[in-house]
This record gives sequence, structure tokens and C-alpha cells, in this order.
Amino acid sequence: MNKPSGGKRVTADRVNAGLARRRAAEKRFRSVGLLSLLVGLAFLCILFFSIVSKGYTAFQQTFIQLDIHFDEQFFGTETEHALEALLSADYGGLIRKSLRAQFPDISNRQQLRQLYDLVSSGAVYQLRDRILADPGLANQRLKIWVPASDDADMLIKGHIKREVPETARRLSDAQIAWLDALEAEGRVSLKFNTAFFTNGDSREPELAGIRGALMGSILTLSVTLVLSFPIGVATAVYLEEFAVKNKWSDLIEVNINNLAAVPSIVFGLLGLAVFINIMNFPRSVPLVGGLVLTLMTLPTIIIASRAALRSVPPSIREAALGVGASKMQTVFFHVLPLALPGMLTGTIIGMAQALGETAPLLMIGMVAFIVDIPTGIFEPATVLPVQIFLWADSPERAFIERTSAAIMVLLGFLIAMNALAVMLRKKLERRW
Amino acid sequence: MSVVFESRFSFTSERRKGERRRQSRASASTAIVPREERQTVGAAAVENPRIRCMDVNVYYGSKQAIKNVSLDIGSHEIVAMIGPSGCGKSTFLRCLNRMNDTIDNCRVTGDIFLDGQNINEQSIDVVPLRAKVGMVFQKPNPFPKSIYENIAFGPRIHGLAQDKTDLDEIVATSLQSAGLWNEVKDQLDQPGTSLSGGQQQRLCIARAIAVNPEVILMDEPCSALDPIATAVIENLMIELCAEYSIVIVTHSMQQAARVSHRTAYFHLGDLIEVGATEHVFMRPMHQLTEDYITGRFG
Amino acid sequence: MQIFALLCILAVMAIASFYLGRQRALAVSGGNIPALNSLPGYYGYYMAFWCALPALCIVVFWLFFESSIVTKIVVSGLPDAAAALPKPQLDLVLNEIVNLAQKNTAAEQASPEIAAAAQHYSRIKTISGMTLFVLTITLGIGGAVFARSRIHVHQRARNKVEGTILVFLIVCSTIAIFTTLGIVLSVLFEAIRFFQMVPVTDFLLGLEWSPQTAIRPDQVGSSGAFGAVPLFSGTMLVSVIAMTVAVPVGLMTAIYLSEYASPSVRARSKPLLEILAGIPTVVYGFFAALTVAPLIRGWGESLGLSVSSESALAAGIVMGIMIIPFVSSLSDDAINAVPQSLRDGAYALGATQSETIKKVIIPAALPGIVGGILLAVSRAIGETMIVVMAAGLAANLTANPLESVTTVTVQIVTLLVGDQEFDSPKTLAAFALGMVLFAVTLALNVIALYIVRKYRERYE
Repeated sequence: MNKPSGGKRVTADRVNAGLARRRAAEKRFRSVGLLSLLVGLAFLCILFFSIVSKGYTAFQQTFIQLDIHFDEQFFGTETEHALEALLSADYGGLIRKSLRAQFPDISNRQQLRQLYDLVSSGAVYQLRDRILADPGLANQRLKIWVPASDDADMLIKGHIKREVPETARRLSDAQIAWLDALEAEGRVSLKFNTAFFTNGDSREPELAGIRGALMGSILTLSVTLVLSFPIGVATAVYLEEFAVKNKWSDLIEVNINNLAAVPSIVFGLLGLAVFINIMNFPRSVPLVGGLVLTLMTLPTIIIASRAALRSVPPSIREAALGVGASKMQTVFFHVLPLALPGMLTGTIIGMAQALGETAPLLMIGMVAFIVDIPTGIFEPATVLPVQIFLWADSPERAFIERTSAAIMVLLGFLIAMNALAVMLRKKLERRW
Repeated sequence: MSVVFESRFSFTSERRKGERRRQSRASASTAIVPREERQTVGAAAVENPRIRCMDVNVYYGSKQAIKNVSLDIGSHEIVAMIGPSGCGKSTFLRCLNRMNDTIDNCRVTGDIFLDGQNINEQSIDVVPLRAKVGMVFQKPNPFPKSIYENIAFGPRIHGLAQDKTDLDEIVATSLQSAGLWNEVKDQLDQPGTSLSGGQQQRLCIARAIAVNPEVILMDEPCSALDPIATAVIENLMIELCAEYSIVIVTHSMQQAARVSHRTAYFHLGDLIEVGATEHVFMRPMHQLTEDYITGRFG
Repeated sequence: MQIFALLCILAVMAIASFYLGRQRALAVSGGNIPALNSLPGYYGYYMAFWCALPALCIVVFWLFFESSIVTKIVVSGLPDAAAALPKPQLDLVLNEIVNLAQKNTAAEQASPEIAAAAQHYSRIKTISGMTLFVLTITLGIGGAVFARSRIHVHQRARNKVEGTILVFLIVCSTIAIFTTLGIVLSVLFEAIRFFQMVPVTDFLLGLEWSPQTAIRPDQVGSSGAFGAVPLFSGTMLVSVIAMTVAVPVGLMTAIYLSEYASPSVRARSKPLLEILAGIPTVVYGFFAALTVAPLIRGWGESLGLSVSSESALAAGIVMGIMIIPFVSSLSDDAINAVPQSLRDGAYALGATQSETIKKVIIPAALPGIVGGILLAVSRAIGETMIVVMAAGLAANLTANPLESVTTVTVQIVTLLVGDQEFDSPKTLAAFALGMVLFAVTLALNVIALYIVRKYRERYE
């Protein structure tokens, strides 16, 4: 041994000399790690907080109570034309009249127009629907709550600040004064915003709703689910249970892995070039959207399904084959039922991805302004994330809260789907 | 250093003779402790111990893996720990440099003194402790770095080398001590994983030596190696014990007989018998020890 | 809707065939089921397949090709002058015809030629629908009858049925290949058409990007320059910012979670982080445009910097947040793949935990981590919504993160959203950009997957 006998003591001294520095470094490193984790979680909180704080007000809407007189001479009396008369009656006039009655001292034309602007342009449809549902209301005086315009709504919710000078805000001092007068009379109130859930898109924020986009999402996802689940499972079954390991199966496998990482917008280009340009499918329809999303989610479903099949122990297959079942019977009657929970989990996660996808749908024209609520997969539609994109682009202040609210609805669906997947996995997962 | 077992220096012929003798002696011995008795028999204490363990208990969760073990490790001696699988010998070994700290639900009680310091106290810093008590594992585990960097790792983190030449010297002497220098001196920049299994294990020994420890723990160091590599490592251990105390856990009774000065027999968490290697193998005092070394179980 | 009804009829027919087939099998066996080669149900499936599959093939074929064939016939029926129109105008005319035929527009406003064509169109549509209906039903019944006539005791129905299912499985598994092929061919063909108008070198090396081409030749200020370098640099700038946020945070998080955190902290914070990965990108875009961008602008202005309202920094930071869980979960996998024996080796030498991590674990896991980072880069490059909503449209060639930049994906979206003609360089440029995007991300993915796989093999 060529070490000096005092070497151990020197070694110990040197080790001890460095200890304090090393402990400090250890502490630093550890806190940097903790900090990173906290930063990540903080981002999550900030994101959720910013969305919720911007959006929760959209679930309420300002309504203004008006005294409406459905006077008889206005609608005419002949019964045979009653319906037509009801449909074409000048409800706007009724509202204007009521407002003038409320503020009799306004005569200036410009001021009157400002006064009328406090009530949403959608109020006329509300009156029409009211009277169509109950024609007996004709010639009656009613107190009716009608939606306020988006600017009035924003003022009541405090998004338009009174302190801002008049020129820099969208409501004039006079308008604010009228609103205050109405409020003092108890004629202004915040009510649950049902229109947000029952209406289609609209240029007027107070009338815009997510029903159309929601239906579009449901239709698109239905197409995706119907196509991608069977195809994904079939592919996984083939690759995992039947395919001989050779160049061909390698090629398929490499392809699937790569497709899983191809940017979604490229799938949009594919959909545009193939489905719309070559096959002449109509633009903006859930069918094409569903097809594109199918191609996009297939890798996710295939990879999850293969993992599920792989987790079924070979002894199950051997047992079935051992009693004389054919390979196909073994797979379909014994292996597949055991792997199904895993496959379903993967499918739900794939569907959640598809639900949040925007970019490829922009390519195939699902970005159009569509007021009607779609009812079939061949009708033009938009989907929830695209609706969010469209609203986020709109300049009106009131669309910001509606965008945030739509995001909350979308996130709600996503969280529900993921929770379902987690529950399914917990409940049905078998440990071998 | 009390007893030197003769067969350590000439394995083959002496071993056969030893086995024959062992069998005849074991059956002939008289006052043997019955199987049910779990008190340690033999001399657990030595004079001037390097490490003194007193009433060490180890728990994994609620399961007790080591029960009231007291054992001394002397200076410049090789202590072998033998026993059937799961008897706790590796667990006990890992107490000696607090490697059990890395296992989440593991709890160690009792006192373990190294140089008069109770190393089982929570306040003890494991870093200088592990610099004093090195360890070699069952499977060679060189870092995925060059041979040079593998050896230099310990001296670097502990700041043992003043400069580059100092470090070069430590690397060279460590490799020489481990008997690997001649084989690798021209390929120090090759990855450590490119060596053969036996060379990797000697690299790991050299890596432990480079920190200049007082005690080296070896956890079945040869179980992943072929017989030739095993013989090289065993010779190395015998050379190294001039400088270091060595504690070795082994599955092979022959190995224990070949290299160790003292042998400790563990059984289901109990230290059953400890004594000079030739006594334990020739005249076991406990029935369980006898059963084990005569191959009735294990 | 017609198709839907047809499919329902077909399904009913197939179910009926199943029962008929099973009955037939029982009949030919004379009640002695073991005498049959296969279980009776297989004869049912056999007949049902024969009934449904050929008919289904026809329906699918029809679905894909009907509209283009009908269009061809209508065009050939148009007056020569109209048929000779260039494609964009022809498309407009066709649109008019279709709208008229579907009664979306009033007939009074249309010219007689159009009205005639619309009638022609509706007639052909009706004939086509009828033909499909008759053809499908005939094929269905014919197939079922044929299959029924072939059912006898020794017929190996099970093998036939299983063979058919296997073919179905194989066809499904090739869809992945056809998707890749479809992507490559569609972007390639359009890109080649683009490069016939704009030289490749101008595209790849040009420094000016202004894709607005003149609609009328006498229009001014619309040169149509297709130099994509500003887009590439913008993409790179945003990606670099994203990675500077995501890599340190993601990597350190992975280290903390896998080496330091207690199991309960790990079990709680991992799913929380994964939520970040599951949030749709359009939400991040909204967050970037409405929360982060004004914030950065405010800070910048308080420091006396001029920050554009759509800055690369805002988009990059938010994209980085999105990628954090991606980096952290891939790094976590790589770190967990490092065998415990290496940690033990380092600890046994007296290394502290951070020394072990920095000097042993990270170097050992590096290939896996690098692979994961490459995948993350590829995701950052291909990310669309965040940059569309927060990065802007101006093709600035700049390295200043406070300025507005545009990226490849943003330009693809802007060029293709809305009506487009399929032979203007403006539209085709999007496909050329798509080709570059696909090629770059594919290369990154292939390299990353290769590194990760090699790395896994090392410790298995």
C-alpha cells in the first residue's frame, strides 16, 4: 500500500472542510427544484384564476324592466291575419314607446337614439315570442324584463368604469344617468343568462350563446368516436395479436408513433386537400371535422389500446387456445373484454384531445359565422374551441367575459371527461 | 487479527480437506445450542474495534428485519456475514454506512460506533461517514462515464485532490490497489461500462478506495462474476485488508472460509453465531449454524 | 339523410340475414348441430357479411365520388362558353347552380342557363340517389341469397368469417400508413405547384414575406413576395423563448418530483401538472393575448421599453407554460429509468443528493431528456393557436422578443382561412409552408424517438 499512514486523517479533514459548502449547495438545488414545481402549479392557478375571474360574470345578464302595452290597433283585429300580423308587428316601436314613456323629458333625436341603445336589439324577438306563445296578451299592459345592450350590461357589471372620462368610454354620461334612474326604480336587475346556453352565435354579445358550438362539437365528436374507436381497436388488435413482426408491421408502428407527434395543423392541411378539394365534401360540416379529428386521435387510441392488450397476461390466451378456441375466438371472447377498460380510457382521453382541438378545424372552414344551431353532420357548424377563437377576436368588451365563460364550459367538459377516464381506470383496472 | 484460516492461501486441495473435516467435527461436537435459542453465541466483541454495533434493530414498516444484533468489526480484518436468503445480512451491512437511509420506510435503532462516534444518530452527516465507510455492491455499477471519471468522482466531490496531478495520482494508485491499472492504463478515457464484469467490479472497488476509506463494505461482490474473476477479487480483498477493514456479505460459504478472519451467521434477522472463521466452520456451537454449513438448508 | 336511411335498411337486412343464415344452417344439419363444420352462429355471420359488405363498399364509393362525378356531368351539360371558364369562375357558377337546385336562392333571379343547369343538376342527383338505392338493396339481397345457397354441412363458415375479420383488421391498420402518405402527397403536390410559380430558393432564402397578391393587375402595393426566412426566424424566436421557460422549469420539476418529493406530494402534484397539458391551446391563446401580453406591455413600458401589443415574448412564455408538463413527464420517465444501483453507487461514495443528481443521474438520463426536449421543440414549432392569437401577423425579421413576429403556422392559418382559390400562389404557399413544417417536425420526431428508444434499451 502506497498511502501514507496519516492519509486517512488528512482525508477526513478535507472531507469535513468541504461539508458546509456542499450542504449549502444541496439546499440551494433542492429549493430550486421545489420552486420550479411551485412555478408550474402557480401558472396553473393563475390561468384558472384569470379565466374564472374574467368569465364568471357572463353567467348573468342585465335585464331592464319595461312597461309594454300590446295595444290593439297596433296588431290589427282581423283574426284571419292575426298570426301574420303578430309576426310582422313593429315590436321595436313598442319598446321605444315604453322607453319614451319612462323618460318623457328627452326629445333630442340623438339622445333618444342613445336611450334606445340601452336595450338589446334582441328584445324585439323576446316580445314577439312572448305574444306568439300567448296571443291573449294583446291589448294588455305588462311589465316585461328585456335584455340590456352589451354596453349597459358591462356598466352594471362594473367592467365599464364610471371614473373614465366620457370620451374614452362607450356609454355617455346621459346614458349612465338613465340607467341609474332605472336602477333606482328597481327596473334593472341581473338574472341568470339562459341565452348563453340556448342561443347560437350572434354579433350582439348579449344574444350570443354557445348552443350552436356545443351541438357542433357533439356532432363532430360523434363522427370521430364512431370512426376512431373501432378502427383504433382493430388496428391495435391486429398489431398486438395477429401481426407477424416484420418490416410491414414495423412500418405501421413507426407511422403511428410519428403521426402521434405531427402538428395538428398538418392534419388540417390533409383534410383540406383530400376531403374538400379532391372528394368535394362541403366545407364547414361536422362530417369533415370528424374525419380530420379521427385521423388525429387514432394514434392516441391505438397506443393506449395496445398497452391495454399487452397488459393482459399471456396465460389467458394460452388457456383459451388450450381448450381449442381459434385465435380469433381467443382474442374476441377472452382478451378483448379484459383489455376494454384500458381501451375506453385511451379513447376518452383521445376524445378530450379532439374536443379541445382548434387549428385543423380552421383549415376546413369550421370557422364560419353560423347563427343556426346545426342538427346534422352535413350542416355547416362550428365547434366550441373555434367559437372561443372567434369570440376572442371580437372587439366588444362583453365578448371577453363570454369567451372566458365558454372556456369554463369547455374546461368543465374536459375535466369531466378526464375524471371519467381516471374513474374508469381505477374501477375497472385489474392488477395481474 | 486473531486467527488466520489456513485455506485462505491455497484454495483447492485444502478446501476439500476442510469440508471433510468439518462434517466429521460438526456431528461430533457435544454441547450444541438448540435451534429455538436465538441468543448470539460466540465472541461478538473484539478488542479495539473499528466499528462497534450494539442492539441494532431494523424495521421495514412494521416488519422487523434485524433483531438486537451486536457485533464488532476489528481493524484490518475481514468479517464475513453468511446466512440463508432474507436473513438480513445485507440489511445489516447497509446500516454500517447508513445506506438504509435511501429506503423510504426503513427505520434503524440501536447504537453503531465508528471511531467513538454513534453514527446511527440522526444528527450525523452521512457524507463524511460514507467517505469513511465505502461500499461495493452485488452488481457492478460503474457510472456511465469514463474509467478515469469513475475513479475521480469521489475525490472530486470531496475535494481530496489539490490539483490535476494530484487527482491523476489518486486515480493511478487506486487502480493499482485494485489490481486494474495494468489492464486499463491505456484506456482511461473509455467508458467504465465497456469493461468485463470482473473488471467493472474491480473498478468499483478502486472507486471506493479512491476516497481513502477506513472500512469497505462488500455486498456479495462476486455473485455476478465467473469463478476466475471471483478468485481475482478474493485475492484483492486479502491484499486490501492490510489497509482497510472489510465486511463482506456472501452467499458462498467457501468464499467466507477462503477470505474471512471472522464469520457471522445470520438467521431470520438474528445474529446466531459469530466467531473465528475456522471455529464457526469446524466447530459450530449453534444447531442452526451447523444445519446451515452442513447444507441442511440455505 | 338519404344515406343514413339507406344504411339503416342495410343494417336491418344484415341482421335478418344473420338469423336466416343460422336457421338455414340448423336446417341443413337436420338438428344435428355437431355435424356442422362450425357453430350455427358463424353461418349467420357468413350470410350477414355477404349481405352487408359488398353493399357497404358501393355506398362508401358513392359517398366519395358522387359529387365530383355529378359536377363533371353538369359541367359537360353547360353551354360551351361556360364550360370553358377558368376554374375559379367555374366554381362560382357551380355554386350558383347548386344553391338554386337546393332552393337556397330564388329562381327568379337566375339566368335561364343557370336555371336549366340547376334542373339538370337536380335530375342527375335524383337519378344518382335512385341508382344507389336500387344498387345497394340488390347487392344486399343478392349477396344474402348467394351466401344462403352456399350453406351446407361441410362449409367452413368459421374460417371464412374469421378470414374476413382479419382482412378488416389489416385494412384498419393500414390507415396509419395512408394518413402519412396522404399528408406527404397532399402537401407535396400543392407545394410543387407553388414552386412552379415561385422558385424554391426565393421561398427558402427570401427575406421578405407579403403574400397579398394583386386581385386586379392594376392594383398597387401588392407585390406578392414569398421569402419565408422571417417566418422561420419568428418560429425559432417563439420556440426558443418557449423552451427557455419550459426546459428549466420542466426539468427541475421532474428532478424534484422524482428525487426529492415524498410519494404523497408526487401523487398530488403530477396530475395537477398534467392538467396544464390537457388545456386546449385556444385557451392558452386567449390567456396569452388577454392576460400575459398586456402584463408584459405594462412592465415593458414602466421600464421605458417599447413593447408591441402582440409580442413574441407573450406567445413564447405561454407556449412554454403549455410545454412544461410535456418536458417534465418525459424527463421524469428518463430519470426513473436510471437504475437505482447508480444512485446507490454515488451515495455510497458520500455524494450528497444534489451531487448524485447533477453528476450521475442527469448525465445518465441525458439521452432520454434530450429526446424529450426534441419532442417538445417539435411541438413548439407546430403549435398554432397560441401564436395565431398572440404573436401577430407582421413578418418582421427580428430577434427582439418584444416585437411582433409571425410564424409558419400563423401564416398557414391566415392564408387558408376564408375562401380561397386553389391555384393562386397565396393558397399554395400555405402548403409549401406546411411541407416545411411537416418535414422539420418529422425529422425532430424521428431523431427524438430514436434517441429515446436507444436510451431505453441501454437500461433494460
